[in-house]
Amino acid sequence: MSAADSLRFYAGVNLGCAALRLNRWRAERTAPRRQSEYLAPPLKISPRTKELIARHYLEGRYANGHRKVAWVASGAPVELLKALDFYVLYPENHAALCGTARAVEEIATEAEHAGYSRDICSYARTDLGAMLSGKTPVGRLPKPDLLLACTNICQTVLFWYRVLAHHFDVPLIVIDTPFIYTEATDHAAEYVKRQMEESIPIAEKVAGKKLDERRLKETTRLSKMASQLWLEIMERGRHRPAPISVFDQFIQMAPIVEMRGDAFTVDFYAAMLKEVEGRIARGIGAVKNEKKRLLWDNLPIWYRLRYLGEFLGARGVAIVASTYTNAWGELAPMIDPEHPMESGARTYLHPILNRGTGYKLATMKRMVVDYGLDGAILHNDRSCKPYSVGQIDQRDRLLREHHVPALLLEADHNDPRAFSEEQAANRLEAFVEMLGV
Amino acid sequence: MTVDICALGIDVGSTTVKIVGVDAAGNLAWHFLDQAGPRVEDQVDEFLARARQAAGKPDNLPLVATGYGRGLVHQATRKVTEITCHARGIYREFQHGGTLVDIGGQDSKVIGIGPKGDVVDFAMNDKCAAGTGRFLENSARHLRVPLERIGSVALSTTEEVVISSTCTVFAESEIISLIAHGVAVEPILRGLHRSLIKRIVAMVRTVGLVSPLMLSGGVAQNPAICRMLEEETESKVILPREPQLMGAHGAALMALGMGWSVLTPASGET
Repeated sequence: MSAADSLRFYAGVNLGCAALRLNRWRAERTAPRRQSEYLAPPLKISPRTKELIARHYLEGRYANGHRKVAWVASGAPVELLKALDFYVLYPENHAALCGTARAVEEIATEAEHAGYSRDICSYARTDLGAMLSGKTPVGRLPKPDLLLACTNICQTVLFWYRVLAHHFDVPLIVIDTPFIYTEATDHAAEYVKRQMEESIPIAEKVAGKKLDERRLKETTRLSKMASQLWLEIMERGRHRPAPISVFDQFIQMAPIVEMRGDAFTVDFYAAMLKEVEGRIARGIGAVKNEKKRLLWDNLPIWYRLRYLGEFLGARGVAIVASTYTNAWGELAPMIDPEHPMESGARTYLHPILNRGTGYKLATMKRMVVDYGLDGAILHNDRSCKPYSVGQIDQRDRLLREHHVPALLLEADHNDPRAFSEEQAANRLEAFVEMLGV
Repeated sequence: MTVDICALGIDVGSTTVKIVGVDAAGNLAWHFLDQAGPRVEDQVDEFLARARQAAGKPDNLPLVATGYGRGLVHQATRKVTEITCHARGIYREFQHGGTLVDIGGQDSKVIGIGPKGDVVDFAMNDKCAAGTGRFLENSARHLRVPLERIGSVALSTTEEVVISSTCTVFAESEIISLIAHGVAVEPILRGLHRSLIKRIVAMVRTVGLVSPLMLSGGVAQNPAICRMLEEETESKVILPREPQLMGAHGAALMALGMGWSVLTPASGET
């Protein structure tokens, strides 16, 4: 690490952070630009979310040469890297950010021109396009010194990260997580734990320092606290009217994914929980005139969040629970800060995408009861095959066995070219009519 | 001579525009149908002028709009999807639930209708046009067979070519290739109908077939569709008297403010 790079880091980040703080301060004191007729105003914490995300990418912009950088897949055991002081970048989060910024078409095309098929996940294409072209709405992404992928979300990451490793010529750690059909076996947990242990010397070598066990425990503790708070926030959706919708959760979930293990993330979600409870106390619903409550399955449609929120909100429909946002909180009880490796191995074996489709169905059934839901929208995501497989049967069983109306909505989480607004609107409209709104 | 019209329903589809006027009891009293034009708003104005003339009432009649162009019917009291309107129209006619297949120009739907006429489930074709009337329209154009005759031509032979492409565009290439190989028009048309019906049957299975199986939409006038749907589902298919008007009739019933429980017999309609 060079002194010049560090100086550049501190100067750039400190100046940038001061500007971001000022922006937040202003935003907190002015009325939101967009007021919806049907939805509650954005959460007061939103300017802080924006600041956190902007600061994260600002730090990334100046990180090379000052801090070691790791690019990681969303379901990877990041606590190890956090404890070794890596700056951690999540290509999936960056891709989602490109989605909300409507930049995917341009960036993914760069990957497609290089020969990557449009049948590949749009997150992967966005990331590979950004890698090849340098295009990003956040200014500049830092080059990785280390890559960490875990197969608990899909198999695409394995090949995607191999491309990254080849392009950047940096080490790649792959944590292979055996699929869980019913319950995780002890030997599966042991297998994952050993891989995590074997990854430590590689990460240490890149970091140029030894892993401090106390740091690892502390990072794990912070991860657990943030995940628990996130879980509590989501559970407040049981209240009628629901104080926040799943669209709010989609916007507010960035820190739990990419800033897990940081103390400020815990503070952020504690403040958010307080605000959500304040809304409950004042009877504020995310949808002003909540008539029906639905479940959302699968990733969001990032480039149409506002459109879908407004469309459903105008009809008095609130989406109050989702299997996707739930995935970032439901494993909190499994995390044991005193045994970060053992509990980490179990935790990272259990994401919803690494479990049989029956588990997802059971989760949806539980949510229908717990949240008092009237129906479900299953986003059939062209890009995310592991999440979408089984949805036809799940929809069928929700309807036949539990009398829960369910709609299969075809789209793609990040590629607007796979979304037909007219057709989606017609299906949603018909579904809402069917619910009797 | 004027007709007793108390409410109107207009179905602005991708291929045709239909308007239905109902009397106070919800009976289909008057209708008009024409090919969909490029200027929807002008066409709607023209349709409404005709309706006013037929009704002899210059004032505004309650109007519900449905179909893909419903958003452009600014005069509508309410805009409702074809799913709800077709279900409403067909329930009025048959007075029972079942499974309704509606093959439209732009999309196809299978609607599960409960015993009281409520929509309990539905499925629509995916983004591709293969399971729609457009698939047959394109193919008919290529084979130079008038659209209204493709069904009877398809049924005029027992020979059938397998059309493996489910995509409308690829199916066109396949047709060109079959013609180049000297295959007759009739078995190609029969194969095309089979291909479409197989996609529809997949949607029927998604919703779950609850007898009776009913058919609405313009494509219902095609005899091959009805026959093959029966063959593939091994179920009798029943047709309303005016399959193409079911959506507009349902819309008119909604404009009249008739709830799901309207059980007035359909007999006696004009």
